[in-house]
Amino acid sequence: MKNRLTIPAMLFLAFFVGGCSNQPEVPTTHGVYMLLDTSGTYTEELKKAQLIINYTLAKLNPGDTFAVARVDTGSFSEKDIVSKVTFDDRPSMANRQKLKFRDDIDRFVKEVKPSAYTDITGGMLQAIEYLNEAGVGKKSVLIFSDLKEELKKGFIRDIPLQVGGFDVVALNVTKLRSDNVDPREYMDRLSMWQSKVESGEGTWRVINDLERLDSVIIN
Amino acid sequence: MSFSDVYMLWSDSPAISAVVWTVIVMLLTYLAREPMHKMIEAFSSGAKQAFQQAADALQGSSQKLADRNREVLVAAGMEASERLIEREFSRIDTIVHRDLAEYPTLHRKISDVVTKIDEDYKSSSEAPPEAPGWGKAIDAVANIQANKGDPMVGQVLESIHGSMQKSHQHVLEEYRKSSRSRHMLLKKMRPFWRRMDGDLKQVDEKVTGLLERSAVIDQQMDEYENIVAKTDGAVRTLSSSSLTQFFIAGFVLAIAVGGAAINFNLIARPMQEMVGGSGMLMGFKTANIAALVIILVEVAMGLFLMESLRITRLFPVIGSMRDEMRVRMIWITFSILLILASVEAGLAYMREILSQDDAALRASLIEGGSSVAASSQRWITTAAQMGMGFILPFALVFVAIPLESFIHSSRTVLGMVGVGLLRGLAFLMSMVASGSYYAGAALISIYDLIIFMPLWIEGLIKGRTGSEAKKGLNLFESHATKEV
Repeated sequence: MKNRLTIPAMLFLAFFVGGCSNQPEVPTTHGVYMLLDTSGTYTEELKKAQLIINYTLAKLNPGDTFAVARVDTGSFSEKDIVSKVTFDDRPSMANRQKLKFRDDIDRFVKEVKPSAYTDITGGMLQAIEYLNEAGVGKKSVLIFSDLKEELKKGFIRDIPLQVGGFDVVALNVTKLRSDNVDPREYMDRLSMWQSKVESGEGTWRVINDLERLDSVIIN
Repeated sequence: MSFSDVYMLWSDSPAISAVVWTVIVMLLTYLAREPMHKMIEAFSSGAKQAFQQAADALQGSSQKLADRNREVLVAAGMEASERLIEREFSRIDTIVHRDLAEYPTLHRKISDVVTKIDEDYKSSSEAPPEAPGWGKAIDAVANIQANKGDPMVGQVLESIHGSMQKSHQHVLEEYRKSSRSRHMLLKKMRPFWRRMDGDLKQVDEKVTGLLERSAVIDQQMDEYENIVAKTDGAVRTLSSSSLTQFFIAGFVLAIAVGGAAINFNLIARPMQEMVGGSGMLMGFKTANIAALVIILVEVAMGLFLMESLRITRLFPVIGSMRDEMRVRMIWITFSILLILASVEAGLAYMREILSQDDAALRASLIEGGSSVAASSQRWITTAAQMGMGFILPFALVFVAIPLESFIHSSRTVLGMVGVGLLRGLAFLMSMVASGSYYAGAALISIYDLIIFMPLWIEGLIKGRTGSEAKKGLNLFESHATKEV
């Protein structure tokens, strides 16, 4: 009689000890940093960016981190972060934070002024720094831009990107007038960014069709 | 020196070389025949013995396991049988206390009725009217031979006749009156008879019930005696019953696991509001673990409740508690279950609210701000979820019953599987032992086949053609015969 529960108890103990002896835990939270190109006429595209931001907000879970930053003349700065949030653990609170975040972005889109230069690399460096600091498990950088980098004189951006473990997604990479004349420019631009990201051990994707937003955030 | 150089050592012709090498090899093989035979025999005998010993050991283990299994089965059967008999005795005790406790009253009632009936019967017995004593005297006077014409005599006789008639009428009337009263008494006796009949029927029913119970006990006692005697029939019945119990209990447990999974889904999402949605513990979401813990606590409380109610007997400590303590434990476990069920109902409600909140947020973010209109039928799903959240913990309480059966029967079933495996292994080892023995014999035969020529020559020389070769072949057969 006394031994009746010995076997189930031992199995439970083995399971429990086995569970405890797992590898150190890796955070499962997701960090997303989105760069919004505000240079020149690209500001007209920001309405589309709002859609993507809203979609991303809907997809993120409690505990995840989300930041949206503008790309302007010098983007390697915290000041360029339009809005950032780490969602609360409680779903109801996270929902409220999402609504507030959306309002911040709406306000920004209304008030944004075009910048003269486009410092995408600076924005990328800022994104890498921010996401590394956030200590999230999965890191994604969304670049909403035509990927045409225009640096102000004196700005040094010939820096390799350390994007190991990052998923970099270029969104709505519009074709410029010059691209239409010579499409090689567009392709070269894309391949330049791809090699820059992949040489930094990151993954690179391009999504131009905003009907396929479900592949932007892969949980 | 290459292989071809060695091969062509004797001649430049490959055929001659082949013949020379064949003769050399055959000769060497023939010379090494005795030690080779011994070596093959030693190997095959050794392998056979080792495998046979392993097979014997496995057979012994399987027998021990089978014996242990039998003991376990008999012990379990005895316990179950004792429980049944105990329950039957308890039922009889209830019947005796409930019905036969009234027996003295019933007996008194029946005695009273019998006495009353007896009295009435005595009262109703027919008493023949007493003949008047002076009748004969009158008759003698009436028979006096006298002149009928005498008016005096006629008057006297007329008077006597009148008196006689009057007396007759009176007696008849008295008789009728007494008959009526007797009939009345008999009529009054009828309800008493009926009452007595009813009482006796009651007694009959109770005694019949007791007899039926005692027949059941007799049957169970027979089974119990068979189990105690460890008869093969009893063990077979117990094994079959154990297997049936194992599969039925497994099936019910699978249903219970399904119920627990639904329960888990009901409370896992709202649990995020309590313990957070992103925390991880041992590779799982903390909210999921918390939900699982609640369900497991409910199952544990259910086990304790069933144990306290003495429906299951998994924890002897609980079963042997004082009744007062046991009742207290029943109330405590039931209260905890009630609280947990209420918590679950609350969480199920919270889940619905969160779903609505999520839907509204998604609509607001993706579908351009149009919020989802609250459906008027939504209360149905809310109520259903709350109901399930409240009922499932109580439904999980009953998991204790199949769990107990499963644990008890799994001991026997695992034992049976173990015995089967050991017997299978023993059979395999036995086969390998025989195989190695016959492989040795075959190798010796093949060896002798290679050197058939020298053997034949040897036979010719000795005048016993083929006897030596045959001896080689029969070497192992003689061993086999000895062993048999």
